[in-house]
Amino acid sequence: MSAPSDKHAVALEVNGREYRIAVEPRRTLADALREDCGLTGTHLGCEHGVCGACTVLVDGAPVRACLMLAVQAHGRPIRTVEGLAGMDGALHPLQAAFHEAHGLQCGFCTPGFLMLAVGVLEREPDIGDAALREILSSNLCRCTGYQNIVAAVRAGAARMRRSTGHG
Amino acid sequence: MADRRYIGVSHKRLEDRALLTGAGRFAADLSAPAQLHMRVVRSPVAFGRLRGIDAAAARRLPGVVVVWAFADVAHIPPIQIRLTKIGGLEPYQQTVLARDYVRYVGDPVAVVFAEDPYVAEDAAELVVPDIEELAPCICATDPPGEFMPATLPGVSTEVAVVRKSYGDLAAAFAAAHRVVELEVAVGRHTGVPLETRGALAEFDPASGVLTMRGAAKVPHYNRGQVARMLDMPDEMVHLIEGHVGGGFGVRGELYPEDVLVCHAALRLKRPVKWVEDRQEHLMATNHSRDQCYRLRAAIDARGFVLGLEAEIFSDQGGYVRTHGVTVPDLAAAMLPGPYVVPAYRANVHVRLTNKTPAGTYRAPGRYESTFARERLLDAIAHALGRDPIEVRRTNLVPRERMPFDRGIDTLGTRVVYDSGDYALLLDKLLAHLDYERLKAALAARRAAGERVGLGLGYFVEKSGLGPADKAVVSIDAAGTVEVVTGAASIGQGIETAMAQICAEVLQVPLERIRVVHGRTDRIDYGMGAFASRVTVMTGCAVQAAAEALREKLRAAPSGTPAAAEGWFRADHMTYPYGIHAAVVRLDPGTCAVHVERFVVAYDIGRAVNPMLVEGQIVGGAVQGIGGALFEELVYDENGQPLATTFADYLMPTLAEVPPIEALVTEDAPATQNPLGVKGAGEAGINGAGAAIAAAVDDALGRPGAVTRLPITPVRLHRLLAAGG
Ligand code: FES
Ligand code: FES
Repeated sequence: MSAPSDKHAVALEVNGREYRIAVEPRRTLADALREDCGLTGTHLGCEHGVCGACTVLVDGAPVRACLMLAVQAHGRPIRTVEGLAGMDGALHPLQAAFHEAHGLQCGFCTPGFLMLAVGVLEREPDIGDAALREILSSNLCRCTGYQNIVAAVRAGAARMRRSTGHG
Repeated sequence: MADRRYIGVSHKRLEDRALLTGAGRFAADLSAPAQLHMRVVRSPVAFGRLRGIDAAAARRLPGVVVVWAFADVAHIPPIQIRLTKIGGLEPYQQTVLARDYVRYVGDPVAVVFAEDPYVAEDAAELVVPDIEELAPCICATDPPGEFMPATLPGVSTEVAVVRKSYGDLAAAFAAAHRVVELEVAVGRHTGVPLETRGALAEFDPASGVLTMRGAAKVPHYNRGQVARMLDMPDEMVHLIEGHVGGGFGVRGELYPEDVLVCHAALRLKRPVKWVEDRQEHLMATNHSRDQCYRLRAAIDARGFVLGLEAEIFSDQGGYVRTHGVTVPDLAAAMLPGPYVVPAYRANVHVRLTNKTPAGTYRAPGRYESTFARERLLDAIAHALGRDPIEVRRTNLVPRERMPFDRGIDTLGTRVVYDSGDYALLLDKLLAHLDYERLKAALAARRAAGERVGLGLGYFVEKSGLGPADKAVVSIDAAGTVEVVTGAASIGQGIETAMAQICAEVLQVPLERIRVVHGRTDRIDYGMGAFASRVTVMTGCAVQAAAEALREKLRAAPSGTPAAAEGWFRADHMTYPYGIHAAVVRLDPGTCAVHVERFVVAYDIGRAVNPMLVEGQIVGGAVQGIGGALFEELVYDENGQPLATTFADYLMPTLAEVPPIEALVTEDAPATQNPLGVKGAGEAGINGAGAAIAAAVDDALGRPGAVTRLPITPVRLHRLLAAGG
């Protein structure tokens, strides 16, 4: 039997790049991304699965990185906020929309909301208002009162449809 | 060519890019080579005598460097009071680790340093404090007891009674047509920034400088305190603010953990990092609110308040922290609000209990006092059978009486409402609501069986606390402008606002302006960000510095680097005002209160950036709705906190909030500053509890039914059951 502190070799594929790391089985994906991969854009607001600040995409679907273990993510494609903007620095349509609509104040919740929205809009570009609000209500923001986040995601959805030639 | 306008324009924020791309640098994002990780061991009981600490097992754990208890830090003085000091509070100050008593669940009793954060946490769980449990006090209206009975005999848990009064109260009651009384209370809330606290302290042996990153709110003040407590010269200690994930009053005060990381970095000669987890946050970071009001009003036949008497109980938790008696003081000073109230007396009993120590949270002492006062106005209207709006009109301070000297002081300044047209804002709100038609529509829905109602709360805010602020504005040969301030940013967009003020004077594009804040190594004076002071105080200092620079540049050939300093001083605060209106629907099945509509009417004097103002208002309103309906730090009878996760401390999600309508007016510019600006930070939250309570009353058809916030489903169930 292995001791809990024995480390396991894990390969994380984050934003198209491979990170080979050694982690204890109990290490969360969030800690692995932040501490072992140096990707601190994924934030921790509660570490118990409620706030959604740690939302990343695993296999294209939004996941709370504080509730998933790093070993569970071995070999699966992961996307974080650091991967949204283009290589040239051009903002992703949703990032641009958050800026335009004043969808952030302190910005701590922002990476989680961005990844949640990207994950949903890539699958359902034409998602209706009620369904979108329902999904966005799974993350917490303490600053904005959500109004501008909803506006930003709607505007971003329209931009994403244009840029990918949908609708 | 006409000058380009920057002030008053909804400019997009300069702060956003790093935050959008994951390049933000929040406290937990910082690391230093060879850093140690700190973990605090906290009291599991609410009140008891601390007999000792058994850390043997923790010390044996591989990776643990050291474990400290009080004896190891006994030479460090307790954390001093920053604001609203009054005599006699010293015994109640908190030491960085508990000495011989623990006074709340979460009280730090020991601290572990280890090579790895997981190991530090494992080790902390192996530390066993030996505590002789005592019966806790968890209610501030219970008779006071002893703070630390065996070691400080006779020191009462009633730390002070804050008294404010003016006018002839006895005459007011003697002349009264009627006396209206009521008792109401606001539960325990806290700010809950989405980022927990955190810090990284490093000592540089080459320069002898100790640096703490992760500072917020009041870096200059805290630098002085850390230096004093660790016996270092001020210049050898620097506090630096990175990105801060929300403040709301609680973040950035000086806490035991800040001092411990700094002390450890010095002693252990390695960088020390500490990141609070959420469970710790909810029992270690300041709580707030938790006040009970007993009010008596002498009124005439129209409902004009001739005199108001208030007995207030303020639950400050286990110790007196940095805010001293700020919250009770503000509660008493702002209770009369926008009304004339010719005679007044308030006694605030500031009492300690065995709960987490309390400090400020956005609109401290005003969320509570507005709730109490507006409940009273509604009760007066009901007692006389008059319309609540008309009773308010009868009592509002008329425009002709501005500036209006309230006759009392708070935070060391005289309360003088500098400007305002309270009746005009009420008219504008009613027009916006289409009040008569809305009332009729709600009455029709009630007649059809729905439980809907409308309520409002009027308030006066305060902003721009002095005494002074400084800014330095410079321009380099390439034309890049740098604005160095002593302000702090907690996410409110101050870089953009300060750049706009500077741009207006210098007529340079915002993109060429860089704003520095929260760094004690860049400017020697700074008051930080609290009490909605930055736009007013720092903004006017930036304006003065930019004007001085403009004068210098007039005489110089273009491309000459130059710098100028500016100050702004203010003896008085400036007083914005507003009204919240809520429309609610009760669900008798789930006992939920649905907020259908929420309007904030607010006179800001002059807005530097309307988009940012609206953002502050909307965000604040949602916090206010949270405090009115969901958020409460509940304790059981043993003093165990029951809300230590986000599954128990319920903040509003998108599903619970309606669109917030902001009706921002600029009818009463500040007369105390050259920009005419007033603060916006607390506008959205102040009257939310009052408005929602009144709306719930209206929906129940029972004036005065709501006496306590939050109106949780359990409480609404009781109200519905009582109404039959
Ligand atoms: S940090 Fe993962 S949900 Fe809050
Ligand atoms: S912007 Fe601060 S938590 Fe959302």
